[in-house]
Amino acid sequence: MINIEHISKKYKNADNYSLSDLNLLIHEKEIFGLLGPNGAGKTTLISILCSLIKPTSGSFSIDGLTYQKNKNQLKQLIGIVPQEYALYPSLTAFENLKYFGSMYGLKGKSLDEKINKSLEHLGLLSFSNKKIDTFSGGMKRRVNLIASILHNPKVLFLDEPTVGVDVQSKNVIIEFLQELNKNGTTIIYTSHHLNEAETFCTRVAIIDHGKLIIKGKPKELIETSKGSHNLEDVFISITGKALRDHA
Amino acid sequence: MHKLMASAYKEFLLLIRDIGGIAILFVMPLVLIVTITLIQDSTFKTVTDAKIPILVVNNDQGNVSETILKGLEESNTFEVNIKNSEDIAKDLVFKGKYQLAIIIPENLTTGLEQKVAQNVDGIIEKFGLEESDSLPKATIESKEVKLYFDPATQMTFKSSVKNGIDKMVSKIETESIYKAFQEEITDDPTEAIFETENFIIFKEILPKKDNEEYIPNSVQHNVPAWTLFAIFFIIVPLSINIVKEKSQGTFVRLRTNPVSYAAVLGGKTLIYLVVCLIQFVLMLLVGVYLFPAIGLPTLDISGRLPLLFIVAIFAGLAAIGLGLLLGTIAKTQEQSAPFGATFVVILAALGGVWVPVFIMPKFMQTLSNISPMNWGLNAFYDVFLRHGSLLDILPEITLLFLFFIATTSIAIVYNEKKNTA
Repeated sequence: MINIEHISKKYKNADNYSLSDLNLLIHEKEIFGLLGPNGAGKTTLISILCSLIKPTSGSFSIDGLTYQKNKNQLKQLIGIVPQEYALYPSLTAFENLKYFGSMYGLKGKSLDEKINKSLEHLGLLSFSNKKIDTFSGGMKRRVNLIASILHNPKVLFLDEPTVGVDVQSKNVIIEFLQELNKNGTTIIYTSHHLNEAETFCTRVAIIDHGKLIIKGKPKELIETSKGSHNLEDVFISITGKALRDHA
Repeated sequence: MHKLMASAYKEFLLLIRDIGGIAILFVMPLVLIVTITLIQDSTFKTVTDAKIPILVVNNDQGNVSETILKGLEESNTFEVNIKNSEDIAKDLVFKGKYQLAIIIPENLTTGLEQKVAQNVDGIIEKFGLEESDSLPKATIESKEVKLYFDPATQMTFKSSVKNGIDKMVSKIETESIYKAFQEEITDDPTEAIFETENFIIFKEILPKKDNEEYIPNSVQHNVPAWTLFAIFFIIVPLSINIVKEKSQGTFVRLRTNPVSYAAVLGGKTLIYLVVCLIQFVLMLLVGVYLFPAIGLPTLDISGRLPLLFIVAIFAGLAAIGLGLLLGTIAKTQEQSAPFGATFVVILAALGGVWVPVFIMPKFMQTLSNISPMNWGLNAFYDVFLRHGSLLDILPEITLLFLFFIATTSIAIVYNEKKNTA
């Protein structure tokens, strides 16, 4: 489904590579977790896969399509839930979703129905005509998610979709994503919530210093890592306990 | 087209949700145009209620100084205040209490009379009409009328006062010469020997409309200039709008959507062009209905409306293009807002909104030719003041349109390059 070959990325004026010769194959209908400490290269990888930035070298394809040859087809195929609330604060939830849906060529009654259904699913229907700037963090996260799936993407990228939300919102989001996955959407997600990743992901990859360190099913990784009882133990044993502050 | 219209509708919603912003967008240009026209109206009037208070120290007390004082009062420009001391007058002017002090020297009248009489005698002797006395002629020193200006006084005011006084003094000298000749030639002072009226006179030929002379007024000059200024100020909110989208993260989302940057900018262009046109209509309405109500001349738009709208549309597009480019390049509102505002002021200055282009230095005149505000202003003047046709404004509106295309294209290319680096 997603075939990443020898991808490297070095930002302008940066001393080090953010991604270094990364190879990865993500299968269809997987929920794939990209894990790693701050600055490991997770967001850079997702940004490359969503065509937000270009890799310095290497290539990738999604469902056999590349940005060089099939830019618009590829954009129609994917959805991205960015880390920020990428929404217009002074527009209502419905207006935001209608606009972003329109950007995928969706229109009319079918778009309205899809929006209302999704809002209902994520417990936001009664707030559909409220402005985004009146929403809590959890509500914004949910609208942010809906804005990315209105066009039924085959692949959904999520960059820390549950950061800063309460447990209730997190559960609703996770359940919604699982249902999307059941319906055939491949999910690639980054998170610092390792317990969440352990139960949610079918496979994970741990990236550090721009390199792929390990990949596999969470259960298998825990079993093969000595003294590890959960994914967090595996993570610490691989990436260490040192702080990863960087500017 | 669907994406373009959706983008335009989104921009419309964003605008109407910002009531304060809309008020500023529409009200401030109106305040600007009313204020500027009220201020500049007096410079177009031959008779004005607002007189400039000046000081005169009359050390002469003769006919010449009386004529100067009479001339100053009759000009209806000055409110003459007499002072006895030059030092006091100088002090008041240099402290900024008065704009000008005129110091008329002692014995100006007698000195002028003596000088003229001496010259006339000399001429008459040369013609052999009078016997020459062999005594050497006494040297009569020239007299100096001193002018003190407040240091804050503008050069244009200074030169117009100097010219006015110079003209007045020349007239007095000429009349004195005629008078002296009259006295020498005839004993009858009522006998008309000389025609003292000016032989060369000036007549300004004004443009005609329907065989009626059309006299431009402050409104016809100010409305186009400041309307254009207001239209170009759209750069500021438009660039802020784009920078905001970048900081909100909505641009990141749009970049992952199958929509071109051109369509996103197209939506903004449509809505902000409508804003420009509403601004324009409001300013015309102010010129037609509000100005006469507050004692200003009425803005005459009869028969010109279609052409005026054409100019407004193209000027609006040029301004929008610049706003799109600035918004695309700027990273923060702190960059875009002050730069946009200052740049509009620079463009206005270059374009001839404040100072006519023909009195600028050569280099600035050349620069002015590449200012879109200059093209817009010329097009507006062609319609408002020169009764130009579509053909007359075609070069200017073509340049404005090309400017829009160029700035928007640069914005699109820059965005593409920046985001794929």
